[in-house]
Amino acid sequence: MIALSDFLILGAILFSLSVAGIFLNRKNVIILLMAIELMLLAVNMNFIAFSHYLSDTAGQVFVFFILTVAAAEAAIGLAILVVLFRTKRTINVDDLDSLKG
Amino acid sequence: MEAEFLAITLVLVYVGAVMVLFLFVVMMLDINIARLREGFIHYLPVGIFVAVAMAVMIISVVGASHFGLDKWAEPARHAADYNNTRELGMVLYTKYVYPFEIAAVILLVAIVAAIALTLRRRPTTKYQKPEDQIAVKREDRIRIVTMNSEKKK
Repeated sequence: MIALSDFLILGAILFSLSVAGIFLNRKNVIILLMAIELMLLAVNMNFIAFSHYLSDTAGQVFVFFILTVAAAEAAIGLAILVVLFRTKRTINVDDLDSLKG
Repeated sequence: MEAEFLAITLVLVYVGAVMVLFLFVVMMLDINIARLREGFIHYLPVGIFVAVAMAVMIISVVGASHFGLDKWAEPARHAADYNNTRELGMVLYTKYVYPFEIAAVILLVAIVAAIALTLRRRPTTKYQKPEDQIAVKREDRIRIVTMNSEKKK
């Protein structure tokens, strides 16, 4: 028997891993985007677990929509990244300080 | 958790779409990895500390004391002919049809935005101009030369 708390703990660990990824990689924008995807995945984990334990399919439908938004976000984020790289020849976060006062 | 549809959908979308997209971008941009790596050791303790602290805090909230089996009993298993994909489709196309269409529009906007952002016209490339081709007149192409007839010697 797997308890609901086990799924929630797995989601929490996934979320913490992605937070660690954001903290460790302050340079590479691509890895920041990947960490954000991992965060969304951790949230999806909780949604499916609660949907199962409450016997309500609404949670699974919501996961479907989160998936849609995550895919759109990844596509637009990477497109912006490509344009950024063409103009500045770098994706280092420290070099993107044009607006710094 | 009897959610087969989402299990296979998540794998297909993340492997098929997101991973390929990331791979394309990683291949397309030639990035100096060594410069991006510096500072990793510097942030390592901070990152590990934040991650562990966050994990401990979340687990203390969602741990077995609040969401254990005694608080949340596992629901009864469905019958063998239960179809998760069918159940999901039954609500997705009736109750959630409006959010479903909004999701479709979001995907369309994402496609259009991604193409519009990355499309660039090279100034050196030659294009056909159909409007000029159609608007051409006879005088633009033919020049009538009036001259006296010549006699062969």
